[in-house]
Amino acid sequence: MSTPPSADDQFYREYILDHYKNPRNYGRLEHPDISHEEDNPLCGDVVGMDFRIKDGVIDDVRFHGRGCAISQASASLLTERLKGIPLDDAKKINKDDVLGELGIEISPARIKCALLPLKVLKVGAYGLAGEDEE
Amino acid sequence: MYDVKAVRRDFPIFDNGLAYLDSANTSQRPRQVTGAMMEYFEKFNSNIHRAAYHIAEEATDRYEATREKIRAFINAASTKEIIYTRGTTEAINLVAYSWGRANVKPGDLIVLTILDHHSNIVPWQILATANGANIEYVDIDDRGELRQDQFRELLEKQPKLVSFSHVSNALGTINPVHEMVAAAKAAGATVLVDGAQGAPHQRVDVRDLGCDFYAFSGHKMLGPTGAGILYGRRELLEAMDPFLAGGDMIKTVRVDGTTYHDLPWKFEAGTQAIAEVIGLGAAVDYLDGLGMDNVLAHEREVTEYAYETLSDIEGLTLFGPPPSRRAGVISFALDGIHPHDLATIADRDQVCLRAGHHCAMPLMTRLGVPATARASFYVYTLKDEVDRLAGSIKEAQRIFK
Repeated sequence: MSTPPSADDQFYREYILDHYKNPRNYGRLEHPDISHEEDNPLCGDVVGMDFRIKDGVIDDVRFHGRGCAISQASASLLTERLKGIPLDDAKKINKDDVLGELGIEISPARIKCALLPLKVLKVGAYGLAGEDEE
Repeated sequence: MYDVKAVRRDFPIFDNGLAYLDSANTSQRPRQVTGAMMEYFEKFNSNIHRAAYHIAEEATDRYEATREKIRAFINAASTKEIIYTRGTTEAINLVAYSWGRANVKPGDLIVLTILDHHSNIVPWQILATANGANIEYVDIDDRGELRQDQFRELLEKQPKLVSFSHVSNALGTINPVHEMVAAAKAAGATVLVDGAQGAPHQRVDVRDLGCDFYAFSGHKMLGPTGAGILYGRRELLEAMDPFLAGGDMIKTVRVDGTTYHDLPWKFEAGTQAIAEVIGLGAAVDYLDGLGMDNVLAHEREVTEYAYETLSDIEGLTLFGPPPSRRAGVISFALDGIHPHDLATIADRDQVCLRAGHHCAMPLMTRLGVPATARASFYVYTLKDEVDRLAGSIKEAQRIFK
């Protein structure tokens, strides 16, 4: 986890807002090898991911969706981490990794937002309905 | 003169500066309500309708006294027409199950509206699937008001049932219930009004309204959770089979059959939410003490103030009709800021705000938004709390600039 730069807001830190407003790897891939979308029925957040896999490695990844700053920034941060790593390594990413990457204190009410992108990755990577990541 | 400061002193939860703007979700409870419940627990805690000792008689009397208070509150003809449920959801499910399964036939039409809460949609979807009926929804216009022209067209198809909300929980739209009930009755339909956002906020007269069923929740009108009401016209209730079966809803049980209890107890199986029903009685007393006309006037004043205050904020979109045709509910969206993020920021200022789809996903889809932020008001709401909300909105805009 990188140390966040000093920001005036302890929750909506500058890098979170930056990922929200300027999401990395945003969009769709043509002919993805894996494509999956999940929503959070509580608040209507949606996150989907497309993956291109070459020799077991994530060659490219894009995410799309809409929702709060936390779900969208979490998705953006996750795609940065996923690009270029073996799919098997991606499968091992857990919720502590994701929360660590976000680097903020997440309340129980918002944890589903933060972990929605991870759920997309897991269900997409395993090709089946995954366990609840909460 | 309505003294909101005096009202607030009855609500201990406000002692530490909480701005509670989520009463459409659940209201707060005054000491009088929690006190009535505590009195039951500490002085005459016992089961009702079963025991011969004096505390059980006291419990039964208090439990049944609420029924008369509710009858008077909505001007029903008889306490036989007042059924206790856990809330609006259970009340609607009771009708969908007991009345619906017996009366809705294959090919029948059920008319609902796009404004409705999931609890006035899903039970009918289940019924329609089970009995082979169809559902059509009345749409809204751009102001979030039901399209009456389309409603009349649907009535020409002679629906078996028409069910709609008195007031939209998501937009605050007050539907023209009198006209709609009259038109639906004239078309031969059975009519249910979902009063979850109606009865707590304005005077309701079910006989004047003319509906067959009216459902509402105690916890949205200063009462505890777990106690709600189904009003039903007696002829309909008499003809309906029980919803839940078990203790207390019977007269005699033999191995080869059962005779059901009289109304209203036919629909009240098992040990009831006694403390909650007693608490609901205290809530009705409290509202009667304030006067429902005063309650409505106070909410309207706060709603108008909120509407003006929020209208002045740049980048804020208000949903729904003008304040004169809406209850104490304001739904809105901020450019570039998701409602959940606003709610998180408001929470730091001790402002409780709802963010989400408000159990009205078909409506959110219709509005083309995933979610809205919603502020809702009640007997204790201060204009100062609206100002605090405006402050939180500006803080969110500063963070997300």
